[in-house]
Amino acid sequence: MATLWTGISMEESFVFAGFGGQGVILTGKLLAQAGADYGLQVTWLPSYGPEMRGGTANCTVILSNEPIGSPVVDNPTALVAMNLPSLDRFEKTVAKAGTILINSSLVARPTERDDVRVLNVPANDIAVSLGNSQAANMVALGAIIKATGIISLELIKSTMVRMLSHKDSANLIAVNQQALEAGYSAL
Amino acid sequence: MTGNEAMAEAAIRAGCRAYFGYPITPQNEILEYMAGHIPAVGGAFIQAESEIAAINMCYGASAAGVRTMTSSSSPGISLKMEGISYLAGADLPCVIINVARGGPGLGNIAPAQGDYFQATKGGGHGDYRMIVLGPATIAEAIELVMLAFDLADKYRVPVMVLSDGMLGQMMEPIMLPEPVDPTLLPAKPWALSGARGRDPNVVTSYFIDPGDLNRINTQRQSRYHQIEENEIRYRETETSDATIIIVAYGAVARIARTVVVMARSQGIKLGLVQPITLWPFPYAPLRALSSQVNTILTVEMSAGQMVEDVRLAVADRAKTPFYGELGGLVPTPKDILREVKRNVS
Amino acid sequence: MSVNMDNMVKVFERPRSLTDAQFSYCPGCHHGLVTRIIAHTIDELGIQDRAVVVTPVGCSVIMYEWFRCDGIQAAHGRACAVATGIKRVNPNLIVFTYQGDGDLAAIGTAESIHAANRGENITVVFINNQIYGMTGGQMAPTTVVGQRTTSCPNGRNAQIAGYPIRFAEVIAQLDAPVYVTRQALYDQKRIMAASRAIKKAFQCQVEGRGYSLVEILTNCPTNWRMSPVEANSHLMNEVIRTFPLGDFVDRD
Ligand SMILES: Cc1ncc(C[n+]2csc(CCOP(=O)(O)OP(=O)(O)O)c2C)c(N)n1
Ligand code: SF4
Ligand SMILES: [Mg+2]
Repeated sequence: MATLWTGISMEESFVFAGFGGQGVILTGKLLAQAGADYGLQVTWLPSYGPEMRGGTANCTVILSNEPIGSPVVDNPTALVAMNLPSLDRFEKTVAKAGTILINSSLVARPTERDDVRVLNVPANDIAVSLGNSQAANMVALGAIIKATGIISLELIKSTMVRMLSHKDSANLIAVNQQALEAGYSAL
Repeated sequence: MTGNEAMAEAAIRAGCRAYFGYPITPQNEILEYMAGHIPAVGGAFIQAESEIAAINMCYGASAAGVRTMTSSSSPGISLKMEGISYLAGADLPCVIINVARGGPGLGNIAPAQGDYFQATKGGGHGDYRMIVLGPATIAEAIELVMLAFDLADKYRVPVMVLSDGMLGQMMEPIMLPEPVDPTLLPAKPWALSGARGRDPNVVTSYFIDPGDLNRINTQRQSRYHQIEENEIRYRETETSDATIIIVAYGAVARIARTVVVMARSQGIKLGLVQPITLWPFPYAPLRALSSQVNTILTVEMSAGQMVEDVRLAVADRAKTPFYGELGGLVPTPKDILREVKRNVS
Repeated sequence: MSVNMDNMVKVFERPRSLTDAQFSYCPGCHHGLVTRIIAHTIDELGIQDRAVVVTPVGCSVIMYEWFRCDGIQAAHGRACAVATGIKRVNPNLIVFTYQGDGDLAAIGTAESIHAANRGENITVVFINNQIYGMTGGQMAPTTVVGQRTTSCPNGRNAQIAGYPIRFAEVIAQLDAPVYVTRQALYDQKRIMAASRAIKKAFQCQVEGRGYSLVEILTNCPTNWRMSPVEANSHLMNEVIRTFPLGDFVDRD
């Protein structure tokens, strides 16, 4: 297999999960787009429908240097759990030696797994300190790309700027950029 | 771009200039994409009052000679069945996308494959056939939407792209083909363009004289035979030394590609056949493989529909077990691998 | 005047004919309010043991889980035909449909008009929120000119999509209906009037007088992308210009 820019040669599969309004679907899309920009094979598979209204939402993102078969994964190598129900639901599925990122601002309990790497990131608190609690998802994304090393911070930032630029909101872009950086350096 | 949006864009690039639809999850993005984009290339867009209206708008637009499409999801496709029968009976080309979901009835909005019978065996009335194409990836979906328009025009038949909610909602990088200039497509002398300097053209499926209807239907059947002869498409993966083969289409075929890799890494000689044309069905290649392998396992997100065609092809030359998930549940690679292992031991 | 929804719903105690199941509507949605009003009416008229709700396909599709009465789920648009079938074979039942604008006034136009034209002794509650709520905010037949939706991103253009259908007025052209009215819920006074209208419509049926339609202008904060308060003032200032309130038929 070819190697990624960090020297990692593999396939990473991410599950982003949280409340409907936490932006996990968009976060996954951003990672997938950045992966595609980098020339990787990617798939992005959302949960959809009424689930998204108020309930829980999640999406699965796979980045690989090989063609991707199934966009459905049994055992993701990384989980970003933005709230407790997400941790409850996906904790057990994470692959051995995988990564679980817990949004410790909203999730009080530790994980029960001892065979994975656990990162506690107070994503909401960090976002609030930057002046926008909505950016917690970007904090988490910054942290998980650092942890997995699959995409560089620069790349994800430039992809984000491109994805949001048509929404002509310089302010939103600046906040998200800070949030990505803060998440990246929170580890 | 989601699979739905990619299919809509592919249709525009195929020269589709008339789209009529009605909202239904999980295909809304096709309607919404068309609302925003087809008027920009001079195409007609209407959000119809129902799927029945939408398919009949297609009947009209197609009769007027334009490349025409509608899309929906399972419950809406049921409502289109009358119109599809009329399209077939009047020899009109039309592309219909079904982003299938859980059924029967209102079911749910999760991906499912319970519409195979309806699509391939004629959900409407009368002796007709519809070409049915089953993409497994977004790249295939784009290719098959383009192909659907060509086949529809070539044989003057309705063509369905049978997709599902998973493909419709997901994203992956794609390459879009060069757009077709609709003005350069072959002329349609049968179309309703006004009887200026020629005899009137009539588009109808009504032939009161049994002799006439018999003749028309027989001619149509011979076109169906040509389709069966020329248009069968399927994809084989790792079949040459396989002792067990999975047959799966659409989203399941894609998941099964991962299963092949997993099984091979564990020493199981697993292959995969993905029918791409569901009608006409690739009976012959499956028949050929059936004497080489012990087992042909059909996997579907249904209670077992395509498996009937597989069994027709294989007869008793190999074992033909079935594994299905119902109600909108998507089998994971592990689920399928478990079934494979159960059948090799 | 803008109204806080939380205060509004406290007008009623929890009606006996509601189950304990939680509504699945978005916060601030008028669907919840109408559902309560109907339950309250069923209580008042003492018809819980013979009421049958015919649910549509739309945000209220699982309404049968909320009423402590019999219920049936109809195919999209067909509720009036389903109600007809039930009522014709068991006239003792109090049969009502509850339908969105897409369900009643687009795909179900034929069934809706013909049930009214036959004067079926049923009650039709028509939730006109000017949008397809459940499918994520596409244009409805009632979407007002200029209103943006996901399937008319530049606003409804009457040249392409026609004008919003005033369904109560359409039904009022027929000879059979006995009570046809349009109501709204944007302030306390309106809520009381709408409650009275719903009660009257059910009474028509109880008394065996025939078909009634209560059209109610409601909100969809989620797909209008407005707060419930903004949505109320939009209803009060914009929507009623297209959809005037009042009784169109009231036959004795
Ligand atoms: C035959 C068919 N076509 C389309 C749909 C998808 N669908 C579900 S709800 C709905 C319309 C919802 O709008 P409305 O009736 O206005 O109800 P609301 O959700 O706004 O209350 C549609 C088109 C369906 N279920 N069945
Ligand atoms: S989508 Fe709109 S109509 Fe449906 S429950 Fe939410 S607010 Fe109400
Ligand atoms: Mg509505």
